[in-house]
Amino acid sequence: MSEQKAITTNKLTKKFGDFTAVDEISFEVNKGEIFGFLGANGAGKTTAMRMLCGLSLPTSGEATVAGLNVYKENEKIKRSIGYMSQKFSLYDDLTVKENMRFYGGIYGKSNAFIKQKTAYILDHLHLEKEANVLVKSLPLGWKQKLAFSVAVFHAPEIVFLDEPTGGVDPVTRREFWNMIYVAAAGGTTVFVTTHYMDEAEYCDRVSIMVDGRIDALDTPIRLKEKFNAASMDEVFLKLARKAARAAD
Amino acid sequence: MKQFLSFVKKEFFHIFRDKRTLFILLGMPIAQIIIFGFALTNEVKNAKIAILDHSKDASTASLITEIESSRYFEIAESLHSDADIQTAFHKGIVKMVMVLPSNFGNNLKHFNKAQVQLIADASDPNVANQLVNYASAIIRDYQKRITNNRQLPYTINTEIRMLYNPQMKGSYNFVPGVMAMVLLLVCTMMTAITIVKEKETGTMEILLVSPVKPMRIVIAKAIPYLLLSTINIFTILLLSVFVLEVPINGSLILLLAVSILFILVSLSLGLLISAGADTQQTAMFISLIALFLPTVMLSGFMFPIENMPTPLRVVSNIVPAKWYYNIVKTVMIKGLGVTAIWKELLILSGMLMFFLSLAIKKFKIRLA
Amino acid sequence: MRTLKFLLQKEFRQIFRDPSIIRLIFMMPVIQLLILPWAADYEIKNIKLSVVDKDHSDYSRQLIAQVTSTGYFQLAVYTNSYPEALEQVESGNADLILEIPSSFEKELIKEDESTLFLAMNAIDGVKANLGSAYLQSIIQDFNKEVRIEWIQFPRFSPETQIEITSSNWFNPLMNYKYFMVPGILVILLTMIGTNLSSINIVREKEIGTIEQINVTPVKKFHFILGKLLPFWLIGLVVLTIGLFISWAAYGIVPVGSFITIYAFAALYLFAVLGLGLLISTYAQTQQQAMLLSFFIMMVFILLGGLYTSIDSMPDWAKWVTRFNPVSYFIEVMRMVVLKGSGLIDIKRHLLIMFGFAVVLNSWAIINYRKRS
Repeated sequence: MSEQKAITTNKLTKKFGDFTAVDEISFEVNKGEIFGFLGANGAGKTTAMRMLCGLSLPTSGEATVAGLNVYKENEKIKRSIGYMSQKFSLYDDLTVKENMRFYGGIYGKSNAFIKQKTAYILDHLHLEKEANVLVKSLPLGWKQKLAFSVAVFHAPEIVFLDEPTGGVDPVTRREFWNMIYVAAAGGTTVFVTTHYMDEAEYCDRVSIMVDGRIDALDTPIRLKEKFNAASMDEVFLKLARKAARAAD
Repeated sequence: MKQFLSFVKKEFFHIFRDKRTLFILLGMPIAQIIIFGFALTNEVKNAKIAILDHSKDASTASLITEIESSRYFEIAESLHSDADIQTAFHKGIVKMVMVLPSNFGNNLKHFNKAQVQLIADASDPNVANQLVNYASAIIRDYQKRITNNRQLPYTINTEIRMLYNPQMKGSYNFVPGVMAMVLLLVCTMMTAITIVKEKETGTMEILLVSPVKPMRIVIAKAIPYLLLSTINIFTILLLSVFVLEVPINGSLILLLAVSILFILVSLSLGLLISAGADTQQTAMFISLIALFLPTVMLSGFMFPIENMPTPLRVVSNIVPAKWYYNIVKTVMIKGLGVTAIWKELLILSGMLMFFLSLAIKKFKIRLA
Repeated sequence: MRTLKFLLQKEFRQIFRDPSIIRLIFMMPVIQLLILPWAADYEIKNIKLSVVDKDHSDYSRQLIAQVTSTGYFQLAVYTNSYPEALEQVESGNADLILEIPSSFEKELIKEDESTLFLAMNAIDGVKANLGSAYLQSIIQDFNKEVRIEWIQFPRFSPETQIEITSSNWFNPLMNYKYFMVPGILVILLTMIGTNLSSINIVREKEIGTIEQINVTPVKKFHFILGKLLPFWLIGLVVLTIGLFISWAAYGIVPVGSFITIYAFAALYLFAVLGLGLLISTYAQTQQQAMLLSFFIMMVFILLGGLYTSIDSMPDWAKWVTRFNPVSYFIEVMRMVVLKGSGLIDIKRHLLIMFGFAVVLNSWAIINYRKRS
């Protein structure tokens, strides 16, 4: 496998009984790029992502993450990745600081590292005053930004974001994307699913999944040219119209 | 009404989709009936005992054979000295030691008098009591036999009749108890937990903004459990009639009617708990501590209420299961009618009113 | 090892941040140990007696006086019609009918023999058995007195007699609390341990935080151990509170050593917590986990030998109790607390419990999958 690629897949497939959620997808993600993983609800984005993160065992096909095999080296992969799930997944009943300390700790980071990084994040998110506040009392937007900071706390090579901006206001979304750019500029590969098409424009490259397959993969500009569309929204609608699977 | 029905339907979907829960809910009464009916008896059988025979003569040998051949005892060990007794008890296998002093046979033959010492492990006083009684009875029989069953003058005989349960089956006592326990568990605990679950996951708020009245939502959640409980009552009654051979002597309709009354009381208790608890865990612990344990301990089905100290006897009156248990015993086993249970019915109805209005009040405050 | 430290820190914080659970965990032993032992008394007292006296003789009056003076029986009804007495049994005002026939005294003296009738409400078989046994022994005593009155003693004495003396070791006063309290303590530890741990992992599944853990390189073994240790410590604290209450409220001081109790309890907690975690890895919702653990608990407690003796169970049930950790702990508690057995006496129990702990926890670790 190529050293330069952060993620490679070859005919990666996941079946649940008769239902093929992900159907022989093949793609590559370069190191340091922001890769948008688009598709309607139920197209198979989350399932594909869960296979790459080692949360779900593929039915067939090949995949590597950070040069490691997803079948055999899934526990090793976990050292090199960060993950932010659709469902808010920090501990509600722990404080902001305690959550960061906990995740830093289980990734095996030193106390000095945890301390320094915590201070840095609190400063950047302007959360110093809320450091000792229970996470459940924070507004949703802050929670999401915090969840992202925790996902990249241990400075992973690749970070997977599953619809990170769902239900967040436009201002916060903008701020959130700034954080993604900062992470990418630092060399972290970002793999992000979304169904906000304006967000797709922020990505280096975009893939569009329909019915478990990848129907299109390119930079946003070239996709728009190819489909003769003014925006990514239009590209998406043109592709999604063919979908046989009903969105749920 | 149509909206209400669609809520009820949704609750049924929740329950029927979760096959494991359904399986346990419907299997619970069956397991309880089997355990109570076949595994638990208060009669002690095959108790392991040890013999310390200092005499070792023909008389002790025949007495030991008598003991061994009874179904109550199993001789597990033969001891050789008094010091062995302590060791045997410490290992915890032997429950009683029978000590036959030296010259037992000799004394019996020449002085018409001999001694047997029974040492029981009274760490379980119940078993100790029974074992000593059984062993004494066997020894007395043995004595009678060697004196050729001579009839004594001036004898008072006693003739005993066991009313309602001539075969002295334990099941007559526990079937009503199992009914109370299962109904309480299904109705109260499950209802409380499902309602709190919606609070915990936040779906309750979505339901509350719908045009259906909040109280109806809550009641809709309780209805499937009412149905499940009714199925459970039928299971228990069928098993007790056909497997345990406990007859239903009274009116089946009356029995079902009072069971429904008790189910309603349990459901209202479930609602009350759910109004007070914020997490499923809390709801479960409250159901366990405030309801389940008192039901098992204070309803009279495990332990006789008249033995309890006065404060507990007073407390037992607020345990709904106590009244239901009395009703089931009266109707099902004694075969009596409404006139015999009007007091209990009145108390249960009163409790229903009280718990329900309290639950509604608490919900209104929280939902307002 | 460092990972474990962080996991433990998190679990402890979460447990102590939920005051309602903490309150329940510590209230439960206090309430249960203060109330339940009083209820769990098998000794039958205050049996309500209804007497049908058709004889109205000196003897009938003497007999009734003797029966009611023992303290076991309470004279509820005195009548001369049996149907009336039966009515009292039906309405629950009486448990037992003693019928003295009209020529009781005359027949006893003239014909050397007379018969009394007992009718017992036998729905509660144990009570009926014990009640009629007490009454019969009182009647026998009364019979002896009658004989002494009419026969010269020497003629009677050469009767062969085996004298039975009995003694009750370890609990000479037959105090039921000595027997129930250690048992209730076991049930408490079991309920708290299994319930708390069975809900725990499912709760993270339901909330979704488990996903976040599963994408980290945390080892399954560490994760399970991180869940287990806090509850293990809570269990030992509860045990300590329970032993304290047993002493303060009932004066129960273990005859054996505390080391033996704690050593066994430590192993036992690992076993039941492992069971809870195992349930947790199988269940999808908290409700499922609670119901399942409740169901298993109920079977374990009923077949644990606290309410009825294991010796008298049928073979299949005895076989089940061999896989029941509760029955081992109840046995050990009785052995150590009342009889003073030491570590060597409970060697077998310790080994079996160790086996339970290893099997249940390994099973839980294997069954907990980070990847579906």
